[in-house]
Amino acid sequence: MEVLQLKNVTLTLNDSTILHNINIDFWDGCVHAVSGPNGAGKSTLASTIMGLEGYREIQGSIIYEGKNINNLSVDERARLGITMAWQDPARYEGLTIRDFLLASSKTKDEDIIRNALSSLSMNPRLYLDRALDKTLSGGERKKIELASILINEARLVLLDEPDSGIDVESLERIFESIRLLKKRGTTVILITHSLAVLQQADHAFLMCSGEIIDKGKKEKIIKYFENKCIPCQHKNIPDEWEPTIGK
Amino acid sequence: MENETNLIKELLEASGIHSRIHKDPDSAYLVIHHNKVVGLQGVPGIEVEPQEKADGIHVRFLVRAGTHIVKPVYLCFGMMQNEGEQKIIMDVTIQKQSKVNIFAHCTFPNSVNIIHRMDAKIHVEKDAYYSYFERHIHGEEGGIYVYPKAKVTLEQGAHFKTEFELLKGRVGLIDIDYECTCHAFSVLEMIARISGRADDVIKIQETGHLIGKSARGVLTTKIAVRDRAKAEVYNILTASAPYARGHVDCKEIVQGQARAKAVPVIEVSDSKAHITHEAALGSVDSKQLQTLMSRGLSEDEGVELIIKGLLS
Repeated sequence: MEVLQLKNVTLTLNDSTILHNINIDFWDGCVHAVSGPNGAGKSTLASTIMGLEGYREIQGSIIYEGKNINNLSVDERARLGITMAWQDPARYEGLTIRDFLLASSKTKDEDIIRNALSSLSMNPRLYLDRALDKTLSGGERKKIELASILINEARLVLLDEPDSGIDVESLERIFESIRLLKKRGTTVILITHSLAVLQQADHAFLMCSGEIIDKGKKEKIIKYFENKCIPCQHKNIPDEWEPTIGK
Repeated sequence: MENETNLIKELLEASGIHSRIHKDPDSAYLVIHHNKVVGLQGVPGIEVEPQEKADGIHVRFLVRAGTHIVKPVYLCFGMMQNEGEQKIIMDVTIQKQSKVNIFAHCTFPNSVNIIHRMDAKIHVEKDAYYSYFERHIHGEEGGIYVYPKAKVTLEQGAHFKTEFELLKGRVGLIDIDYECTCHAFSVLEMIARISGRADDVIKIQETGHLIGKSARGVLTTKIAVRDRAKAEVYNILTASAPYARGHVDCKEIVQGQARAKAVPVIEVSDSKAHITHEAALGSVDSKQLQTLMSRGLSEDEGVELIIKGLLS
């Protein structure tokens, strides 16, 4: 059963149409991937679903649990059970990691917060009182973002490029978190152009130039990566050039 | 007498330091209510001499050379009544190689029409350390006018850190004017954190002159203004000696009809000196706010948390 449906969703920003007539169903409790090359519109799609500022003036409908949420603000959507992890998460001067995670938690249970950090190989004793500012590396900030998602207990989670800035060792922890979300029954939408992340999905959509051009089991979409791009009439057809150095 | 005792107790409790002072006979303190000294306790190594005069209270404060005062010294200045004028003239000398931390609480919880003036002359001698944390607690009416002024001299290797915090109650009008001259190898840190609302007015002028070799200075101002409040910040930092280093940082969050202005002035007249500045004024960062809202916080709750962080 679908928990989220996009029906004929078109988004125009600065006279340029970024999303073209998108029709997607996201199924309850399933890990979906929205994949495609840079500039395909994947992050824009996530921002539109979350209802971020500048992404709410759409044509078409976004239906969540059977209800049209087009006119709902970000926090109203969040309170219905949708949340999102940013590709490049915000930093907060003066706030500690504890402040941020408590704000993300509905129960305010510090044990749950500690467990979420530990599950991402982050020692709570070392991190909880640290500032959530530029003293953290991109990878650390990314893991804290994911920890905040784990404790938020949303029903639908958008993860925008969850592996960006993450070292190889931490990558498996990120994937474990995705599996944990699925085990809890959370619907996960992975925004990715990474083969490794796509492998975590049950089902995938392929985007190109603001359109959904293919969908199906991940094995079908993975071919896109193997072939660099599936044959299509869109703009992102790979060129024929191949490096000759070393050949 | 009993009334006065109660008054002191009320003032210290409103300042949040009543139990700390009374449970610790080893802490030095000075309590001034309106223009009257109502509490004084010294510790070895410190000289505190307040004098009640017609133009206000004159306080000579001295830390003897080589003395490290381990526990903070508490200063409590305030008024429990709702109107009147308090003036304090401080003459501070931190003698060479001494060290002291001051916690000053300026408490006017019932202010309706109160003027608080502070004129300080501060001399931090060679290799001495002086830290002055000043917290203001005001009432909710806004009828308060605060004029803190200080002229500071740092001798070679001296370190002066001052933090001004006004986060509880209404600002009313505050007009800060601090100026510091920094000799060789001295360190200056000035931090102001103020939250204004309604028709509060915040004026800050902080000036540092790095005139000695390798002197260092950082001026930091963090302001949040809401409703119709106004803030004007002038941070001036000059460097005229080799290897002097300085930085000016001003951040102001503006909400509603409030207005904020920042004028950083940096001037370098030695080719081996270096000063930087950064200023950010405006509404809260959109990504910060939307992240918090995507976790379920309302816009107001998100803004509150971001401002809390900025002013922490």
